[in-house]
Amino acid sequence: MSFVTFIQHCLTGVSLGGAYALIAIGYSMVYGILLLINFAHADIFMMAGYFMIFSVSSFPWQISIPIVILGTVVLGVLIEKAAYMPLRSAPRMSIMISAIGVSYLLQNLATYLFSALPQAYPAIPPLKRQIRIGEVSASLVTFLTPVLTIILVFLLIFLLRKTKIGMAMRAVSKDYDTSKLMGIKINSIISLTFVIGSALAAVGSILYFTDRMSVTPFSGVLPGLKCFVAAVLGGIGSVPGAVIGGFLIGLSETFLVALGYSTFSDAFTFLLLILILLFRPTGLMGEDLQDKV
Amino acid sequence: MSLLEVRDLYVSYGGIEALKGISFDVEEGDIVTLIGANGAGKSTTLNCISGLVRAASGTIRYNGEEIQNMDSQKVVSRGISLVPEGRKVFPNLTVRENLLIGAYLRKDKAEIQEDLRKIYELFPRLEERHWQAAGTLSGGEQQMLAVGRGLMASPHLLMLDEPSLGLAPQLVKDIFSIIVRIQEMGKTVLLIEQNANAALNIANRAYVLSTGEIIKSGAGKELLDDQDVKDAYLGVQA
Repeated sequence: MSFVTFIQHCLTGVSLGGAYALIAIGYSMVYGILLLINFAHADIFMMAGYFMIFSVSSFPWQISIPIVILGTVVLGVLIEKAAYMPLRSAPRMSIMISAIGVSYLLQNLATYLFSALPQAYPAIPPLKRQIRIGEVSASLVTFLTPVLTIILVFLLIFLLRKTKIGMAMRAVSKDYDTSKLMGIKINSIISLTFVIGSALAAVGSILYFTDRMSVTPFSGVLPGLKCFVAAVLGGIGSVPGAVIGGFLIGLSETFLVALGYSTFSDAFTFLLLILILLFRPTGLMGEDLQDKV
Repeated sequence: MSLLEVRDLYVSYGGIEALKGISFDVEEGDIVTLIGANGAGKSTTLNCISGLVRAASGTIRYNGEEIQNMDSQKVVSRGISLVPEGRKVFPNLTVRENLLIGAYLRKDKAEIQEDLRKIYELFPRLEERHWQAAGTLSGGEQQMLAVGRGLMASPHLLMLDEPSLGLAPQLVKDIFSIIVRIQEMGKTVLLIEQNANAALNIANRAYVLSTGEIIKSGAGKELLDDQDVKDAYLGVQA
């Protein structure tokens, strides 16, 4: 593999990883606050793809992007209010099953409404523009994805670390009752978590589908699982962990394909999941599991 | 009118009555203590006032307003702050953040800073460690932090649930002298304690709780001399 091809693959891998990272953050944040693996997250991501198809048919892409983000946020929050909030004090297994139910509901709803045939994802002309740097060439979206990911993650970490609302989110993730005693509205904080997770998934979906060109009702399944692995790999509950996990999965997948093992690239991701669960279940950046004293 | 009036308060957990119609008053500026054995319903009483636990029946009046079954968030905004049992500091937040989150509902930035300074004056150890994650503090320091966090809400009524639990004897003494200082700051204190001796010594008024009922009440010093209380809670054999 020549140096140029190596760089080219790195770029592709980092770009794919950026989109994965944005989706993985949604898994990680929701887990951090609800201890729930939100299986519906992958399908929220898929629905964001359809939202783009439909809004581009009536609006220019500049307006479509905010519409898609808004629509995805509304969907994410609605799911939380309808399927998770009523189960707040139920056993964890119930809310997990509810999440699986929502996931299938969204897939089947999409099949019913939009058919199972792949729908062409609209091309956003500036994102598809080819850019050359030296010998390396790629479309703008490939360069833009990692940069945008880093900026969004930086903003998110600033929100979590430096603002009052971020402090409340971190408090709620540790202890509901004590947070209530501080005067924090638990439900608003949980909704906010879904707002952030869904908005990032919407951005991730725009970046991801621009390279893939089509959406089906099951488009969310595989990337969703991979992003879940990324979140676990990084340490579920940790935002920087999810980002690192996303980039690692994106890079390893790209290089496996480049080396000719494309048949195994998906299997590798799940092998990674098994290994991480066996040898470091808290993930790379996860806190050690310990009981609250 | 008392600051806090509890009347015929019943609370049950899945069919088991934890409180069987208790009534008591907390006067403005007093230290009032509820003493009693494990399972007598002391924590349930405070959790119910705070809105964490629902009342089955009865009323809780604060400043004349009925607050039973009000959301915790609203109870805090009325000026009642609970320092929960077992400290419950946020281990992942720094000491300073733990204090600031106590002032979550307050908008008066300048006064929050002023109160933060006062808390650091009361607990110099917290200032030394203000940047540390609260989870790394010792038990005694966490208790100081929990009390400080409760005060940051700028409450009229501070409720303390077993603040001396699991602390070394010297720290227990410190905690009780701090409770007296909190009273001197003009706050009303509702204190729950297993350390009945120390609690009765500083309390203006005390209630003895046994299996969900109030069986005795009186001035703190009065109950210290009460033979039944001595036998049951002070570990003094006649």
